[in-house]
Amino acid sequence: MTRMSWFNTVSLTLGFAFLYVPMLILVIFSFNDGKLVTVWAGFSTRWYGELMQNEAFLDAAWVTIKVAVASSTIATVLGTMAAYVLVRGGRFMGRTLFSGMIYAPLVMPEVITGLSLLLLFIGIGLDRGVLTIILAHTTFSMCYVSVVVSSRLMTFDRSLEEAALDLGCSAAQAFRLVTLPIIAPAVISGWLLAFTLSLDDLVIASFTSGPAATTLPIKIYSAVRLGVSPEINALSTIMIAIVTIGVITASLANKRQMVRQQRDEQSAVRS
Amino acid sequence: MTSPVFEPWNDPEAKPLIEFQNVTKRFGSFTAIDDLTIGIYEKEFFALLGPSGCGKTTLMRMLAGFETPTEGAIFLAGQDMAPVPPNKRATNMMFQSYALFPHLSIWDNIAFGLKRESMPKPDIEARVDEMLRLTRMEKFARRKPHQISGGQRQRVALARSLAKHPKLLLLDEPLGALDKKLRQDTQFELMDIQEKTGTTFVIVTHDQEEAMTVASRVAVMDNGKIIQVSTPDRIYENPNSVYVADFIGEVNIIDGTVTPNGPDSYSVAWKDGQPPLNVISPTAFSDGQSCHLAIRPEKVTINAEKPADVDNVVQGKILDIAYLGNISTYHVELPSGVVIKAQSANTRRISRRAFTWEDTVWLSWTATAGVLLAN
Amino acid sequence: MRRFALIAAPYLWLLALFLVPFAIVLKISLSDYAISIPPYTPQFDWATGIGAFLEKLDFENFIWLTEDDLYWKAYLSSLKIALISTFMTLLVGYPMAYAMARAPAEWRATLMMLVILPFWTSFLIRVYAWMGILSNEGFLNQFLLWTGMISEPLTILNTNTAVYIGIVYTYLPFMILPIYAALERLDDSLIEAAEDLGCSRLTAFWLITIPLSKTGIIAGCFLVFIPVIGEFVIPSLLGGSDTLMIGKVLWEEFFSNRDWPVASAVAVVLLLLLIIPIVLFQRNQQKQEEADT
Repeated sequence: MTRMSWFNTVSLTLGFAFLYVPMLILVIFSFNDGKLVTVWAGFSTRWYGELMQNEAFLDAAWVTIKVAVASSTIATVLGTMAAYVLVRGGRFMGRTLFSGMIYAPLVMPEVITGLSLLLLFIGIGLDRGVLTIILAHTTFSMCYVSVVVSSRLMTFDRSLEEAALDLGCSAAQAFRLVTLPIIAPAVISGWLLAFTLSLDDLVIASFTSGPAATTLPIKIYSAVRLGVSPEINALSTIMIAIVTIGVITASLANKRQMVRQQRDEQSAVRS
Repeated sequence: MTSPVFEPWNDPEAKPLIEFQNVTKRFGSFTAIDDLTIGIYEKEFFALLGPSGCGKTTLMRMLAGFETPTEGAIFLAGQDMAPVPPNKRATNMMFQSYALFPHLSIWDNIAFGLKRESMPKPDIEARVDEMLRLTRMEKFARRKPHQISGGQRQRVALARSLAKHPKLLLLDEPLGALDKKLRQDTQFELMDIQEKTGTTFVIVTHDQEEAMTVASRVAVMDNGKIIQVSTPDRIYENPNSVYVADFIGEVNIIDGTVTPNGPDSYSVAWKDGQPPLNVISPTAFSDGQSCHLAIRPEKVTINAEKPADVDNVVQGKILDIAYLGNISTYHVELPSGVVIKAQSANTRRISRRAFTWEDTVWLSWTATAGVLLAN
Repeated sequence: MRRFALIAAPYLWLLALFLVPFAIVLKISLSDYAISIPPYTPQFDWATGIGAFLEKLDFENFIWLTEDDLYWKAYLSSLKIALISTFMTLLVGYPMAYAMARAPAEWRATLMMLVILPFWTSFLIRVYAWMGILSNEGFLNQFLLWTGMISEPLTILNTNTAVYIGIVYTYLPFMILPIYAALERLDDSLIEAAEDLGCSRLTAFWLITIPLSKTGIIAGCFLVFIPVIGEFVIPSLLGGSDTLMIGKVLWEEFFSNRDWPVASAVAVVLLLLLIIPIVLFQRNQQKQEEADT
């Protein structure tokens, strides 16, 4: 049952080659010595050196990180609240509208979200800059957080909360002492998702940023519109490396925890 | 006057429908089926019985065509099955999970196999209706599998696998998912349907009661080998090994050494300080051979007084009583520490029962009650 | 009181930063273009009130959208590109999802991670990676020239072909994951039962596997189709000047022409266009949830 047919092996090999070869080429050619991106001229890390000298990129990177940390943190708080309200809040006025507003941004084209937020900021006379990007990013990423957290809350055994209340907790204590620790993994992955979405976003940031604040994707976009450049390859490689390390670490930690839990359960059964 | 007894396996003229010839199946280094040879006859209800992992499911999957033997050959009606893929075999299978197609109605599930052989539409309809009647599912034809109960699903699965008139129907733990009461009813229903359709049934089960109830012959399997093949009563009364005796029903096994003391009659020395036991055995044993005496608890009589004129009698103390309603099983500890189980029917109300814990009682059985086994 | 605060915070946030901006888009789409800052009239004025505001509204921008065939063509071409690329993503994604679901159980978590990993890396970078591959002197042309399959470099970058490749590449995980989820739940014994009842491998696949993964296929297709309609980055980096997609038109209308009322009208129509697939998608998800319970 477990052997793979040649058809399956071929489609997986080709599929993963399609997914990974472009990025692999990108990474390899970031170490290219020449100015031409498509012709190999020997190994060098000069583009990384130049990247480190490039003030504009470094500034943009710093803005991006500030925006990502701030927006994903606010989004996690608001998104978790929204998820809790949706799953546990019961009935309240405008509940349908509320759940609609949670799900709508997930399918909304970014150009529309960006445009509408820009028009709002101009309408209320808010100067565009770091703050407006944070507001914009928080708005769409809180919806992603709330979807991630609410799917965890739905499988959550309600009687655990009831037990906490029965043992004398207030509702807030029950949430803090019982619910939150159990849904914590979902909250953390919600934060990570919000963080990456913010790091990644070009369209909404382009609409909501002003001349005072340029994020890394905006910078990259304006550079690559002019064509492929080895400096961008180097930058991409750094970003790919960070994400890869992050994802692999997270999944290893997750796996180790599962193995430990399994082992604990087995030893509990034996004793 | 007497209707001919259905015993094709005793008829040297009869040709088996299915023949396994020295079949071995290995998965990597694990041997699931070990050099197995057996014949199954037409119209038989054949049960493969054994603990999980004994190879009974592999045996069935080889019949269906989902596995191929590593060595040896399987013949169906004289034809070697090795090159025939599952979809071309005249066998059908009823899956343990029932494997009803969730996106199709009951009607379409039953018609599924018929449509594959490009049968004319009116014939398909007639056949499906016939199968629905046979399994009493007419009212549910338009429902989807998730809209009917577990017992009904089981009947649909049966109808679907019988619809194509298979020469051989394979049933993989067909009643495993049903509760006990429903299982018993369904066992009789299965026998009824098997008789009506005249199809050869091969059933895989780990439930010995089920195998005994439905089957014309039972094959007890262990570690990829068939230990004994026989009718249910012979399997129970004349097991050929300690393994079979122990696997089917409850049994007392007494280890000892034999001394012949007459034609077919032996005396078994078993525990120091106990008188030897008298046993009649059709199988021959040599002097001093070690043996196992298997005695079913219901063949052991329990008495308050020492009975006279019995072949074997021992004294002991009641250790435990398992009250099962219709019968009770008494665990009696002999002075040597050996525990022997005895069963008696509860023909009287419980308040009138004669024995209780710690009572000293006499256990007795006849010389023919037990079976003498070499291994 | 606490409960009220719990509901109010995310609620008000979304009202202020999601719903109100939409109202503004709708309002501006019904306004006139003006050379001023902001570049549209009338502006809502509390003094003259709603009556005066409503009087001056007109649908000129929407009429304009129907008159200038650029917009029509852009909408149609977005739909066409989204349809074709969704279908192509399905063709690439289904065999992969199928192979993953059939892979030995101990590999599946790793394969799953390999599918998800690109999703975490920057979208922009993934699109950018193809620029170096598809350009005239790019790796694909170099490779094809080297094998002798072509003698002249092919022009792929800045054509619709490049856009299709880019979309299939970036949206592949969205297609694979729901199909994989549906296929993984599929009980092997159903396929065996179909074969046992006389199906060949292929018919069993067609009659059992495909129908039972239908919800996954539909979900995957919508997850690709819906965002692709409004896609901007891919057509702008990989597409050519003749690649018409509505997201790109909106962007240019806004940033290059600075015609906010028309840009807003484009956004409103785009949203209307998306309502049908979004509703269908929602219904598919609901059906699946019902089937699960």
